[in-house]
Amino acid sequence: MLKSLLKEQQTSRRGFLLGASGTAAALVVGFRPSVAPLAAGDAEAVHNPFVKITPDNKVTVVAKHFETGQGTSTGLSTLVAEELDADWDQVLVEWAPADAKVYNNLHWGAFQGTGGSSAIANSFMQYRKAGAAARDILVRAAAGAWKLPASDIKVEKGRLIHDASGQSASFGEMVPHAAGLQAVEEPVLKDPAKFELIGKAIPRKDTPAKTTGQAVFAMDVRVPDMITAVIQRPPKFGAKVASFDAAEALKVRGVIDVKAVGSGVAIYARNTWAAIKGRDALSVEWDEAEAETRGSEEIFAEYEALAKQPGAIARQDGDVGTALAQASKKVSATFRFPYLAHTPMEPLNCVIRSEAQSAEVWTGSQFPTIEQGVTAAILGLKPEEVTIHTVYAGGSFGRRATPNADYVAEAAMVAKAIDGRAPVHLVWTREDDVKGGFYRPLNLHRVEAGIDGEGQPSAWHQRIVGQSILAGTPFEGFLIKDGIDATSVEGAQNLAYDVPNITVDLHSPKVGVPVLWWRAVGHTHTGYSTEVIVDMLAEAAGQDPVAYRLKQMKNHPRHAGVLKLAAEKANWGGDLPEGWARGVAVHESFNSYVAQVAEVAIEEGGGIKVKRIVCAVDCGLAVNPDVVVAQMESGIIYGLGTAIRNAITLDGGEVDQDNFPDYEPLRISETPEIEVHIVNSTEAPTGVGEPGTPPVAPAVANAIYAAMGKRIFTLPFSESGIEFA
Amino acid sequence: MYELKINGETRSVDVDGDTPLLWVIRDELNLTGTKFGCGVAACGACTVHVDGAPTRSCQLAIEDAAGVEVTTIEGLNSPVAEAVQAAWQEMDVPQCGYCQSGQIMQAVGLLSENPKPSDEDIDDSMAGNICRCGTYVRIRGAIHKAAGKLEI
Ligand code: FES
Ligand code: FES
Repeated sequence: MLKSLLKEQQTSRRGFLLGASGTAAALVVGFRPSVAPLAAGDAEAVHNPFVKITPDNKVTVVAKHFETGQGTSTGLSTLVAEELDADWDQVLVEWAPADAKVYNNLHWGAFQGTGGSSAIANSFMQYRKAGAAARDILVRAAAGAWKLPASDIKVEKGRLIHDASGQSASFGEMVPHAAGLQAVEEPVLKDPAKFELIGKAIPRKDTPAKTTGQAVFAMDVRVPDMITAVIQRPPKFGAKVASFDAAEALKVRGVIDVKAVGSGVAIYARNTWAAIKGRDALSVEWDEAEAETRGSEEIFAEYEALAKQPGAIARQDGDVGTALAQASKKVSATFRFPYLAHTPMEPLNCVIRSEAQSAEVWTGSQFPTIEQGVTAAILGLKPEEVTIHTVYAGGSFGRRATPNADYVAEAAMVAKAIDGRAPVHLVWTREDDVKGGFYRPLNLHRVEAGIDGEGQPSAWHQRIVGQSILAGTPFEGFLIKDGIDATSVEGAQNLAYDVPNITVDLHSPKVGVPVLWWRAVGHTHTGYSTEVIVDMLAEAAGQDPVAYRLKQMKNHPRHAGVLKLAAEKANWGGDLPEGWARGVAVHESFNSYVAQVAEVAIEEGGGIKVKRIVCAVDCGLAVNPDVVVAQMESGIIYGLGTAIRNAITLDGGEVDQDNFPDYEPLRISETPEIEVHIVNSTEAPTGVGEPGTPPVAPAVANAIYAAMGKRIFTLPFSESGIEFA
Repeated sequence: MYELKINGETRSVDVDGDTPLLWVIRDELNLTGTKFGCGVAACGACTVHVDGAPTRSCQLAIEDAAGVEVTTIEGLNSPVAEAVQAAWQEMDVPQCGYCQSGQIMQAVGLLSENPKPSDEDIDDSMAGNICRCGTYVRIRGAIHKAAGKLEI
């Protein structure tokens, strides 16, 4: 989403200039956004690296995107290693510092960040060129050292080889010989037919550290003299601290201090347990004058009333009113989608050290330059005085991509409140996370659609009511146009089915609950409503759900491609055991196309069990097919657990849920068999972190309908009376 | 002051008796491989071995840990553990990785008791360990693979 919409803002990268500083220390190849060529050995080139090759024969790829499990560090390294012809085992990864000029997301403009499943898509050429440029320098270094023509030197698995003379050298050995060499402007890239790493399931770079307990997450950062803080936040969103009494909290052994900070009251302690106990002992009076006090039911009732009024038009083709009036059959439904929390496995946390003229922040940083800027503003520093140390992120699903850097900003306020006396680790507990807002917005969709005498869809009216994610954020300017927040209507506005009369309109009411993108953003609800409605249309037309969809997708060949592949692999239409049924859904998000066939069974006792999901994905060229499969599995499990039973509900403005027992993710015992098929493609790679999620809920809902004749319009399924075995 | 036998050493820690083992391990001993996920026995991220049995360290107060032997992911050292970690690596199980210490401790516990678990045994033993990244398909596969390695 961000990707496509921020594209206009994309800065020109024509000034693709490289400098090699072939000192004995390291061969560094970097990009500079300016057009001035770099002198070899220019210290600035060292300052802007994408890849570093050192005399110890290590190739260090500098990742501008964070690693939250989606495989980016492996993917970016693959791009460099491929063009460099490095040996995969010599490749290491480190994270880039915050620097929007050098490490910006090329789809987003002057802003460094990861999201919208864009990491590999925006870096594909950039990281390949970095690898190719480094290779070119190494070849010329070897040519100089051996006094041979560069064109006779080949590179294989991290070695420079001259066949005729039998000479060969490692990259590391050639680093000193690269001194003074300047990189070419446009290095020659490989013919994709010759790729040896791209397109192969090579091992992930982060696996060893993640199987031995050695991977360092922000939660594991230890800075000398560090203390821990937790914050007591208000029970209702928008409430403020009126007064607090810290006397009991300060009696808890290990508690050091208690201070009001922007978002609540911070308890500082010698360790996490003391901080948590101190917080339990604290008493706070809240000023709720500006707090949100509505409950989910009231919000839904207001949305339902709004859905009776026309909204801002996101799309209008033909005349939907007349077409509906003339339809031979109509279907309609009101869909209800709850607030959803992301609950990444690592509760949010951040380590900060604040000094008079500088600060350092350690976190699994998704928007480094925003976090840098916000921290600097709070601490009265210049952005460049704030160092962001990116570490492994224990999951995000969108939660860490906050336009206001929420929890990093809190950490800065916590540090400021004690004048930087000690480095602080701000820790959120799971309860803080579940109750902490920044949810997928609650949404209500009203859809009415009709078919003509031949059964073809003739009218589609979709009215969406939901909070804008982007209003009031720095993204508002590019992503909200004519009152339409693109993230509210994506996936509905660009419906993949050819319908001559279509209207999509939108209400974006204000609610005092902070909302945020959640794995696949608007597609999490539009993918559901559109795929359930189209299933209902197929039924009204008396046609097979797969064949019916394919008929309406004449202008959407990649949708049709994945749908056919999933149907074929799932043996769509084939026999199933008694009590089993299949359902299907297909949806594009972030320029990747995913179809899923769900098989469900009614178990003894009447509960539903999801038995198998067959998934087909078209994400262009799959840089690492195993990572693509992993991301589909991940998106499916995330989406399935949520659809079955997850909801954040409010009562009088207070969140009902508080931890995993009442916001319970899918467990291994409930996980269906999952089969993933990747469409063979030479198109440019597109994202895979999110697109696996939207189709699973509607595919399962359509299968449940096929099994038991019940349509599900209110999510989660548990709210519609569906029991799972 | 409490004494704790952990990863073959005896350590003393100066904390309140109600301090969960999890926080002793992470904050006092700086063994950060063991993770905090929920604090309420619902996720398994904090799983360690207590006298060889997978145990949620967020639920065991240090005052109740007298005389027990604790093993964390850092102290794993057995043929079963080796097989599990190798299988995990071969299948590239982890995504974000945050739950994986707990998953591995639980899986080592399972295979130590039951060297050839069925899918159902795996479900029973591993259902308390949440993976928010949804690596369950591979966890199941890796446990079978580790079982296969141990057979030889
Ligand atoms: S942290 Fe102990 S079970 Fe979740
Ligand atoms: S790998 Fe991320 S929670 Fe399991």
